[in-house]
Amino acid sequence: MKKSIILFQLIVVTFNFSCGQESENQVDIPENSPFSAELLIDGLEIPWGMAFLPDGAILITEKSGELIRFKDGIRTKISNVPQVYQRGQGGLLDIVPHPDYSNNGWLYITYASSEGEEKGGHTALMRAKLKGNELVDNELLYKGSPNTTKGQHFGSRIVFGDDGYLYFSIGERGARDENPQDITRDGGKIYRINDDGSIPQDNPFVGTEGAKTAIYSYGHRNPQGLAKHPETGAIWDNEHGPRGGDEINIIEKGANYGWPVITYGINYSGTPITDKTEMEGMEQPIHYWVPSIAPSGMAFITSDKYEGYQGSLLVGSLAFQYLERLVLDGNKVVKREKLMGGLGRVRDVRQGPDGLIYVAIEGKGVYKLIPKS
Amino acid sequence: MKTLFLTLLFVSIPICSVFSQDPALEESMQRGSEIYADFCVTCHLEKGEGVPHTFPPLAKSDYLMNNREASIRGVKFGQQIEIVVNGVTYNSAMPDPGLENEEVADVMNYILNSWGNSTDKMVTLEEVEATQK
Repeated sequence: MKKSIILFQLIVVTFNFSCGQESENQVDIPENSPFSAELLIDGLEIPWGMAFLPDGAILITEKSGELIRFKDGIRTKISNVPQVYQRGQGGLLDIVPHPDYSNNGWLYITYASSEGEEKGGHTALMRAKLKGNELVDNELLYKGSPNTTKGQHFGSRIVFGDDGYLYFSIGERGARDENPQDITRDGGKIYRINDDGSIPQDNPFVGTEGAKTAIYSYGHRNPQGLAKHPETGAIWDNEHGPRGGDEINIIEKGANYGWPVITYGINYSGTPITDKTEMEGMEQPIHYWVPSIAPSGMAFITSDKYEGYQGSLLVGSLAFQYLERLVLDGNKVVKREKLMGGLGRVRDVRQGPDGLIYVAIEGKGVYKLIPKS
Repeated sequence: MKTLFLTLLFVSIPICSVFSQDPALEESMQRGSEIYADFCVTCHLEKGEGVPHTFPPLAKSDYLMNNREASIRGVKFGQQIEIVVNGVTYNSAMPDPGLENEEVADVMNYILNSWGNSTDKMVTLEEVEATQK
């Protein structure tokens, strides 16, 4: 009798465990999509981030460290770009113009930097202005520390909130047991600063002894998507989990997102990380992907250029090489669609000022989605 | 007693040479496994199986075993060339992982001697240094 109970429990455990890695939320492949994809900028290696300027130019960061301006069909290499620590997932990362760019000209850039005493590198945030073909007035605003030679999890995305603050992410730098749950250490965090790099006095850990006061939320693994919800103004992230634990989270002040104490994923080797998927005091994702799509880039569609797309969320998939459209009902994902399959690893997606969608794909370049009339 | 000792010695030498590899290679592979878990595993996966048509396999890969120098070059500098691995064509770019030469040698020794792969000749630091872009 006892034996059969144990056997039964074993079966239940095995069943649950294997279920945990099965596809729980099916992705649909639509028969028709309301756009055709046109390769606007070709010959890029790893186009990591894109920024749209008021004069119609697009700035593209190449992970290798080049910043490229594309305007009227002409591409120019921008000089005086900060030196990047080119190792593993590190390099030149995101780029975002200030919301008031037309008046102040500030561009914000994240990159892997080896600045500091220790060997290795960590994620840094800087700002600069574009003058002719070079960056000027370069200012380092934040630098994660201490450096490490680990090649993993630099993050990093940047977004401005409606509150005027700048939010950016740093991944846990391959030190999951040291960084994400410790607010006195960098990594595995989403940060909030003023546009000049100073720390807002109402940040959640201002006044907490030893804390990195730029931290806004913690317990993250590797957020490579950050976007502002067009209606609520909330900051949403997507982040790489381990195998089977990629997430979308709504970022709240001072909140703990649980990595690595709670996760829906397992180690790449198939061994468990923890048996907990939830715990009091830790936030639940609004969506998680099983299997992992390896999400990068994130954009809400606010324009009405594409039939049926307004209000949905776009996320790039590195692992399965497509653009995912998530249909939302409030904060709930109700449908997933696979778009642009088979072109390559989708690294970034943005809605341009023209209301059109731009998609950066590794080994290819930047695609513009032309609406079908 | 002496005979027994000698017998054991003679029996154990061939057994040892079968079961224990060169300690220098073993240490290099150990360091290489850590590099692999950091820089390679997300695409080439835990057992070097890769993803068909996207990320080439390393386990029992004819390309890897027959193109030692090109493989070292790929790990050292990254690569963006079309290759055929076990009859399947691959054309995805591998970014420069940014490894030190010692680390390239270590991870090469790991992948050349894991998952059913094996090679007689250990990859040395000098060999990596001599490999040009």
